[in-house]
Amino acid sequence: MRDKSIFTPWISLAPALTVILVMLGASLFYAIAESLGFISVIGQGDISFSAYRATLAADSEFWVSLGFSLWISITSTFISSVIALALAVWLSSRNKESDTLALNWNLAFPHLVFAIALLLFLSQSGLFARWAASLGLIAAPDQFPILVRDRFGIGIILSYIGKEVPFLTLILLSVLRSQSIRYDVVAENLGASHWQRLRYVTIPQVLPALLAGDLLVFGFIFSSYEVPALLGVGYPRALPVLALRFFLDPDLRARSEGMVISLIITLIVILVAVISLRIGERQE
Amino acid sequence: MKRIASYALRMILYFILVAPLLLFIAYAFSTRWFFPQPFPIEWTLTTFQRAIDDSRTLSSMAQGIWIAVLVSLLSLILALPTARVLGLRKFRGRQLAWLLLFLPTVIPPLAIGMGLNILFLRIGLAGTIAGVVLAHIIPTLPYTIFTLSSAYARFDENYEFQALALGASPWNIFFKVTLRMLAPSLVVATLFAFLISWSQYLLTLLIGGGQVITLPILLFSAASGGNPATIANLSLLFIAPPILVIAATARQLNQHGNEIREQY
Repeated sequence: MRDKSIFTPWISLAPALTVILVMLGASLFYAIAESLGFISVIGQGDISFSAYRATLAADSEFWVSLGFSLWISITSTFISSVIALALAVWLSSRNKESDTLALNWNLAFPHLVFAIALLLFLSQSGLFARWAASLGLIAAPDQFPILVRDRFGIGIILSYIGKEVPFLTLILLSVLRSQSIRYDVVAENLGASHWQRLRYVTIPQVLPALLAGDLLVFGFIFSSYEVPALLGVGYPRALPVLALRFFLDPDLRARSEGMVISLIITLIVILVAVISLRIGERQE
Repeated sequence: MKRIASYALRMILYFILVAPLLLFIAYAFSTRWFFPQPFPIEWTLTTFQRAIDDSRTLSSMAQGIWIAVLVSLLSLILALPTARVLGLRKFRGRQLAWLLLFLPTVIPPLAIGMGLNILFLRIGLAGTIAGVVLAHIIPTLPYTIFTLSSAYARFDENYEFQALALGASPWNIFFKVTLRMLAPSLVVATLFAFLISWSQYLLTLLIGGGQVITLPILLFSAASGGNPATIANLSLLFIAPPILVIAATARQLNQHGNEIREQY
């Protein structure tokens, strides 16, 4: 009987675990095989690191894309956190259900749709350009600044900020509202100024949750394809865009390079997730 | 004065959050909205009519719904036993099980899709609905398990024992006691599994390989070079299910929101 009780939980876990582990395991296996040039589909059997060497060569586009992806991810995450912090501090003063609902409403727009909305808002013939023109600020569409499909990734960053600010704000709000004692009110009664309360009470309170959330957001942005594909330009391209283009290339050597890039993205994201998990554990 | 300012700021915030929807409506239902005009003047239903009469739109929506229904049912069936054990039992390796089940939320869909693409090509699942459904289960399953296991953690097994003592069959207990007590979380889990599948772009593209066309695939290609009215109409059709789900689950979202948002 005792032996049985050790195994019974795993029998219930088996269906879901099998599906996930088989699919992830197979996916990883084929990704590594393809990255090594071992493509049995067409009968090539030579294992080589040439795709790795080509990807990591000093003049490879990989480095440009890595820089661009880091720029997008770090900037979006940082700006989103600052705005979310300000919003959460402001909104936490009153426990309004309509605030939570309004922020959750953001779920109605998947990243793909949100990027499209930004395209319609910010393109040179978009809504804001029309408003600028009817106010007499510009005379023709091409005088409107290029804010989407621009070289610096402004459109991409704006799109992520729009999606991640509600996400982070809700995380911060749930931390602030779960405090049993309003330490900020205590501090106020002890004579702390607005700024002191924020600096010494509120920010230390929410920092672990914010950091963990930031790492999630960073990992998500760093590895996602749709937004940079839709709002980006041909050069520089974000890493996931580069990986997929290479992967779908008819040239099979490019396919291997696409796999290498995808594996590097995965490695970085897992690293970030582990750090996030550690921070979350320390919080508990 | 301070209260008025706070009220106004709140209204501005709400407006910003609703703005994308208003934008889509303006582009979808207007006609002859030429460049410097700040707002649409003439309204029409013809582009919307054309969008929903288009057989490609209709079939992509039908295919997307069919896939999402299969995905949410399968995730539910796979998740229920797992969630029960995770929610109610303490056993050795529980932490490890959690970690393994949550791997799919960490590994990017791009990497999963590219690896599976090769596998599915070899076993003939690429370009089929079955293949796309299998691939979609990877991101939905962890979320379904999480929602249901937190429901099981609040579940009192004594109700089942009670029913058993009163002579109910296991089948009856499962349907009339267990499922009924889990009903609210069951609904939330199913609806959001549906949504995650419905809005999946990358996995559908990589596994469906141009054979399985869902609405996000259609929308993405329209957005890369279509006209704004078409894009707006497709966007509205695309966000209709999420809006309905949010309206239906507004209350539960406060509890489960964080896990869902991660997937979105």
